[in-house]
Amino acid sequence: MAHFTKATSVKDWLNQRLAIETVEKVMASEYWIPKNINFLWAMGMVLAITFSLLLVSGIFLLMYYQPDVKDAFYSVNYTIMRDVDYGWLWRHIHGVAASVVFLIIYIHMFTGIYYGSYKKGREMIWVSGMLLFVTFSAEAFSGYMLPWGQMSYWAGMVITNIFSLGGLHLDGLVEWIRGDYVPAQAFLTRFFMLHVLLLPLAIMGLIGLHFAALRIPHVNNQDGEEIDFEAESKKYLAGDTAGSKVIRFANDFMSKDLMVVGFFLIFFFYLVFFQYGFALDPVNFDPADGLKTPAHIYPEWYFLWSYEILRPFSVNIGLVAFGFAQVIFVLLPWLDRSPNAVPASRRGMFKVWFWVLLVDMIVLTAMGKLPPEGIFSTIGLVAALLFIVLWIALPFITKNEKKA
Amino acid sequence: MKNKEPLILVVVVAFTLLTYWLVEPYAHSVMHKHVESQNFAYADLKPLTKTGNAAAGKDLVMGAAACTGCHSIEKAGMPSAMDAVSAAASYGVNPPDLSNAGAIYDAKFLADVIVNPAHALKVEHKFDASKGKMHPMAPFAGAGGELEQEVADMVAYLQSIAVKPDQVTPKMAYENACGRCHSVSYEKWTQIGEKPAFKFEKDSLAFDIKVLEYQESLTKYMGKLPPDLSMYIRSRGEHFISTFIENPQAHLEGTAMPRVGVTADAAHKVIEYLEDAGDTKRHERASVGKMVLIFSVVFAIFALLWKKQVWKNLH
Repeated sequence: MAHFTKATSVKDWLNQRLAIETVEKVMASEYWIPKNINFLWAMGMVLAITFSLLLVSGIFLLMYYQPDVKDAFYSVNYTIMRDVDYGWLWRHIHGVAASVVFLIIYIHMFTGIYYGSYKKGREMIWVSGMLLFVTFSAEAFSGYMLPWGQMSYWAGMVITNIFSLGGLHLDGLVEWIRGDYVPAQAFLTRFFMLHVLLLPLAIMGLIGLHFAALRIPHVNNQDGEEIDFEAESKKYLAGDTAGSKVIRFANDFMSKDLMVVGFFLIFFFYLVFFQYGFALDPVNFDPADGLKTPAHIYPEWYFLWSYEILRPFSVNIGLVAFGFAQVIFVLLPWLDRSPNAVPASRRGMFKVWFWVLLVDMIVLTAMGKLPPEGIFSTIGLVAALLFIVLWIALPFITKNEKKA
Repeated sequence: MKNKEPLILVVVVAFTLLTYWLVEPYAHSVMHKHVESQNFAYADLKPLTKTGNAAAGKDLVMGAAACTGCHSIEKAGMPSAMDAVSAAASYGVNPPDLSNAGAIYDAKFLADVIVNPAHALKVEHKFDASKGKMHPMAPFAGAGGELEQEVADMVAYLQSIAVKPDQVTPKMAYENACGRCHSVSYEKWTQIGEKPAFKFEKDSLAFDIKVLEYQESLTKYMGKLPPDLSMYIRSRGEHFISTFIENPQAHLEGTAMPRVGVTADAAHKVIEYLEDAGDTKRHERASVGKMVLIFSVVFAIFALLWKKQVWKNLH
């Protein structure tokens, strides 16, 4: 057993039992971050803040929401929006944050791709990040079911139908997922459970893994420079803070994070109060009606690009393409054959690949929302094919990349 | 080293705005038919050429034109001949009380609806006299005098008994123009009136049964039960509702919903009623929003200053 002495202060008492000084060093003041980073490196903190906003607003909404097909719509649109003081505020924060969190996730992802932050020991950061993307997607989808509006119902119908896997006709699987032949009470209750318990638990676990994965390879920097963290941190601690290539996580890095968070929150709250329509779709303010299909069924904007990879093809080919799109990002660290872990701007063909992929995904996103008619379906088909070709070409163009 | 952050910010913002523009304004402009408002001018209706005489109009409304055979005018001491449920059973929908019709409805519309209801209401596709399908409201063919003058007199009478147009309340406009077909459950409004708070469940259920009976007649008349409008301000938006009221056929050709002929002011009142129902906290949202934004700006300034202080020794 460890030796305990009479504590001289509260801090000392805690220190003997929890080693708080060591924890503080490991987690904050001697957790070393490269100095050569830009504001894109603060997206992790922005995501943490947005997730906290989702969690807190979700807790308040959970106090009044009724997971019952007869009462769900009313509990959201009457009880929460009208009866409960500031219920509308929590709902708007929750709805807008659910949409904005994906914008930041995409910025975070494309930052990682641009700067090659999935290479040289950082593979697990990328993989855990992609797992977070998948669980966030499931969380967003399950949450979208809860107001039990027209789009909840019909998006639920369309997305669960995907699991029949086209020509395989696995209708039994679809019924098993729904707990019924169509989305109904069993469906709503299980998606409620997933949304408020299982998926948030998975997300929090994965966030822990994501942070842990960062620990050993350290944070990347904007020039892909290999930094001797040992030597540079000694330099910092010796007093040469200006000459050292590293900074403390707290307060050095934190202060910059918080500054970015500050500007982000202005943007975020502007959306919450004055520009929320993009996140709270009008169609979902009609109560669910299984007898009335909406004229246009579309997912939320952040799913549109993968929806558009499914849509332009015949059922079976579309599903294969869709499956491809879902897993291909996870494999990025192995599909990129080049050893260069530097920004895309210094990687020749990869630079072209990056920007074409980004633009292609924006085109897919737009076509995923537009009705699949005339020129839109042609553009959608070409963009979907281009997406697949880009990923197949990636190993070849990176294999021949010159040493940067 | 050159500071690349401004350039990076421009790139991030540009791609974000482009994506937003494509999936929101652009995609919705493609998906939804755009109907321009005509400011409730009702240009297809003939303007009134005669100056009406309210006293003569009163005699017509109460007498020869037989308006009060179906319409109540409570202000003039004319109660309805039957309750809402029986009226709906007879006519399909309960005919409106005419007390404030002169303030809620456009004068040209009132004149036209008196002589040719199906035309004014834009339901000629449904009620075609030549095919033996008469609109339940009988057209007024004249009481011996000049038709245009008689119609002008009746309109003048309705305007003379109505409240001043600026005294029309949102509730008044909604109930008269929309509320006999559309319930607004979030405001406790049913097609036969506001549901009172009953002491006994038996009475509450009896009221509900009356509503159901009314809705049965209405459904038969309209083809389907007109929707509850509680959340329409969020699901359809102001522009859609306003232009839909102005001319339902422009949005949805062949719809059974009639043009109700409200004035531009009354249409605003209807919108306000729907905002109170489905966007109740909009004023609170605007005022809280302003305060939160001011707080966020102050927070960002302090965060910026703190960063500058911390990083002073790092450069």
